[in-house]
Order: sequence, then structure tokens, then C-alpha cells
Amino acid sequence: MAAVQTRSERALNRVAIAAVLVITLLFLAPIYWITSTAFKPRNLATTIPPTVIFEPEISPFVKLFTKRSQLRAAPEPEDYAAAPWWERLVFDGGEKVVRSGRGDVQLSGYPNRFMNSLIVAITSTVLAVSMGTFTAYGFSRFKMKGEADLLFFILSTRMLPPVVVAIPMFLMYRAVGLNDTHWGLIILYTAFNLSFSVWLMKGFIDEIPKEYEEAALVDGYTRLEAFFKIVLPEAATGIAATAVFCFITAWNEYAFALIMTNRRAQTAPPFIPSQVGSGLPDWTVIAAGTFLFLLPVAIFTFLLRNHLLRGMSFGAIRK
Amino acid sequence: MATVVMTSLDSKSRAASRGLSDIKIRNLFIIPTILFLIVFNIFPLIYSLGYSFTDFRASTNAPATFVGLQNYRELLNDPFIWANFAITAKYVIVSVTGQVVVGFGTAMLLNREIPFKGLITTLLLLPMMLSMAVVGLFWKLLYDPSFGIINYALGLGSFEWLANPDMALYAVAITDIWMWSPFVMLLSLAGLSAVPRHLYEAAAIDRAGPFYTFFRITLPLVAPILMIAIIFRTMEAFKTFDLAYILTSQPTTEVISIRLYKMAFQEWQTGRSCALAYIVLIMVLAITNIYVKYLNRVKER
Repeated sequence: MAAVQTRSERALNRVAIAAVLVITLLFLAPIYWITSTAFKPRNLATTIPPTVIFEPEISPFVKLFTKRSQLRAAPEPEDYAAAPWWERLVFDGGEKVVRSGRGDVQLSGYPNRFMNSLIVAITSTVLAVSMGTFTAYGFSRFKMKGEADLLFFILSTRMLPPVVVAIPMFLMYRAVGLNDTHWGLIILYTAFNLSFSVWLMKGFIDEIPKEYEEAALVDGYTRLEAFFKIVLPEAATGIAATAVFCFITAWNEYAFALIMTNRRAQTAPPFIPSQVGSGLPDWTVIAAGTFLFLLPVAIFTFLLRNHLLRGMSFGAIRK
Repeated sequence: MATVVMTSLDSKSRAASRGLSDIKIRNLFIIPTILFLIVFNIFPLIYSLGYSFTDFRASTNAPATFVGLQNYRELLNDPFIWANFAITAKYVIVSVTGQVVVGFGTAMLLNREIPFKGLITTLLLLPMMLSMAVVGLFWKLLYDPSFGIINYALGLGSFEWLANPDMALYAVAITDIWMWSPFVMLLSLAGLSAVPRHLYEAAAIDRAGPFYTFFRITLPLVAPILMIAIIFRTMEAFKTFDLAYILTSQPTTEVISIRLYKMAFQEWQTGRSCALAYIVLIMVLAITNIYVKYLNRVKER
């Protein structure tokens, strides 16, 4: 780059930097709004002008995790005194609500759906990445006729619209009793992620020099030993990146979960919208549920930042 | 599989003769995946191909009757289905154009020395990693006519976005543009940073104007990678379901996936929906084919 910049170039640069900042703030605004709404008292969530400065509280999260019924009036003093600390948080927010019944705390549907999301996403990720790594190694190291066609076939399964696959799968699952089960979703997500995992891992394994294994073979390793002891450790970063991508895809998936589950195995994405219902929804609770759901993905995105390009292009573009 | 031939590794070598043979290992590694995909992706599609020629309804116990091509004939002559395709096409055009303009524009801005560039890029990429359904739901609050921050920020009073039949599709597209412009940006940025510096220097020496430089140097060199982004986003926008389904229930936003979902799981016209699924499937596979050709072309470089 030329060391000398003209004055107009410098001015242009400054304008570009300002524009980038504005765009970044605009893109982050919805995420900021979700986060801030998750910590607002209910009466500040839907004000005009919007409330930006407020004392954050965690009552939306209490309401998210527990079940309660609406009261017509503020709680009686003795009810208030008898209530556990987190219930008082809800009362203090000015809400005329109380737990349903005096007995044990009743959990809402959310923790259960969150667990379902975790179970389904983690299991399907483990399956898709392990199968995908083996297959990618097979494609990477051994040439065969029709390889391009097989790889296209594998990728094309990823492109199938979920609703198209869901119609026959729904009927088949109904016949064998897999509807509304964890395994039903796990199988679907594994199939969906498998193609992605093969393509991405093939790119990572292609980059490991063949000579490493060949040296090991000369040293008396069998090919399987060479794969497990030489290739897998070398591919660790790629495996981790692929796993995170698969996890995020399964974690975020909506259409299959909507169609294939309704209660027992329902994951968070179809559950959170179903809570809006009719009438005035409590947006602080929805924001709290959304915030907790997005948090792992935000952390993973940060960890993945150097591999995003590669993952998003199915391993075709490396940086 | 019988036609598969080993070429790369010498299977007769001493090293390879220990343990499992290379061919066995290759088959052991590849065949389970292929089988899994056939059982859980291809077999269901064959199953639904069969149903697409019947009047089967999954909500009743009545046995399916073979009706030949009737489902396909009726669907292709149904103006309402064509209206759904037209809505989908409009959605694809609006949202992909928006993503290319915003994404490529942002990439052009970012393709220079900028403080905290890495952090800014990562932050900009966040929306596309989030769940469409869950974040899409929250956009309902942002679009709310009485207390949404969009109307407040733009001074639009109580303008209706999602409840307005003319506006709803654009509202869905705007959310989609917010989520997926970063994807176009990411790929464009990779393309832009790969343009050799010396080409720009040569253009500067020749006193080429910014437009000439852009159209003769930047765009042609970024075009292949930009095409990947465009085809991929077109395919995804064509299949779109989550956002439109969650944000609105307007007839003007009933894209083809939503129609398919309703036909299959609300009206329970299973046979007919299988036929529609096949029509959609053929279109998607056609786009996928083009996409993979471009992927391979860029990969070779």
C-alpha cells in the first residue's frame, strides 16, 4: 500500500469507519434490546418512549422458570411474608401474581424444553461429527470412481427443505412410535448435519499432509492406528469447529421440532413462540427465555470466529 | 460400489497389508454414512413419492386410493398454489437483493484498515448464528405498532408492519436481511481481501476512476464468491419457513413452505402435499446443482 495518503483518501476512510460503526450498532440493536428487556420489570418493557435506563432485575427469569397464576389484587401481607425470596422479587415488580397453590414450587415448561434442546443437540452433534469424520477421511485419502457424485449426493441431502422431508418422516415415525421422542429428533438432526460434517471435515483432513500417516505406516502402524493416533489429533481443531457448527444448527432448528414434537421431547425453539399466545404477552419473560437460549450460541460464535467463513461455505473457502 | 477402484494407495505394499486393508477401511468409513442418509433421507422421499399418487389423508384410517397424476395436475392448475410461488419469488428477490446490497456494501466499507476490525466483524456475524424462530419472534415486539422501537426510532407513529397485508412480506424480508446480510458480507470480505493489491496500484497509476476500478477490477474478481453467496441465499430464501410462519399469518406472506406445511399438517391432505413436496424438491435440487458447480469452481482456484 502506498504510504502516502491524500487528504481525500483519509477523509473517505474516516467516513467509512463512521459508517461501519453505525451499521454495527444497527445490527446489534435487536440483540441489545432482547438482553435489556430480559432484565426489565414488566411495566417498563413496553413503554413509549422506550425505557433505556432502568434498574435491572431478575424477576423475568423467576417468571420464566416457575409457573404461577394471575391474581386480581396485590398479595396479602401474610402471603407476601410467606413467599420465598424469588417470589417476592416478582411481587416487588408490581405484578399481581402468585404461585399457583401453596405447595412446592412448580416449574414452568421452559427448563424441561431447554434440557430437551441440550439432549437432542449434543447427541446429534456427537453422532454427526464422529460419522462425518470417518467418512471425510475415507473420501480424503482414498480415491474412487464416482466420488464427486457421491459427495454431491451427500451435500444435496442437506439442501432438502425440512417440511418436504418431514411429511414422510412424520408418517414413518408415527408407525414406529418415534414421534415426540428425543431419538426421533436426534436421527433427523444427525441426518441433516451429517452431510455438512462430511464436507467440512474433508476440507480439514485434506490439509493434513499424507506423509504423516505414510511415515507412521512405515513405522509399523496399521492404517487404523495411523488414523486414530496421527490424523485425529491433527484434526482436533477442525473437529471442534465442525462440532460447534452442528450443535448450533441442531440447537436452532425449528421446523422439524414443530412438526415432530409437541410435549415430551419438545425443544425450546417451538416452545418459546407457543408461549406468546393471545392477548398481551409478557415480553420480559419471552426476552429472558430468548436471552438464555441465545447465550450459548453467542459464546460459540465468538469461539468460532476464525472458522465461520469455512463452515458457512461448506469448507470450500479457507482463509 | 462394485465399480469403485483404488488408485491412490498401493494396497499391495507391505505397510498396507497389516491390519485391515485400505479398501475395507474406506468402505467401513464411508458406507455407514451413505446408508444412514439413504435410510433417513432417500427412503422417506421414495415413500412420499408413492403417496403423491394417492388421495391418502393421514388423519383418517381410510386406505389410500391410487389417483395417478391427479394431484400433480390439480396442483399445477391451481391459481392459489401459483400465488404461493409468486409470493415466494417476491420474497426471494426482496430479501436476497437486500442482503447483497447491505452485505456487499458493508464488506466494501470493512475492506480497509479499521480499528478493532476483527471484533467488529465477529459482532456483525452474530445475527446469522441465532435461531430464526426465536429471534424472529422477538422482532414481533420490535415491529409492534404501539410500542415497537422501530416505529419509535423512525417516527412512524403507529404504522402497521405485520398486520398490514401490503407490508408484512417486507417486514419478514427486513428481518431476514438483518439475519443474513452478515453471511453475504463474510463471503464478500473473503473475496475482496483476495483481490491482489498490485491491481489497484496499477489502476491508480493509470489514473483509473473509482467506478472503472470497481467494475473492471473489484467486481469481476469477487463475482464467483459473491455468486456462491447469492445462490445459497436464494436457495435458503426459497425454502423459508420459520420467520414468515412465526412473524405473521397474513395470506400475503404464505410462502410455499408454509402452504406445504398447512396442506400436510393442518388440512391433512397427505397425498396432495407429497405431490407439492416433490414439485418443491425438484426446484430446490435444480438450484443445489448450480450451487455445487460454483462451489467446486471456486475451490479449484
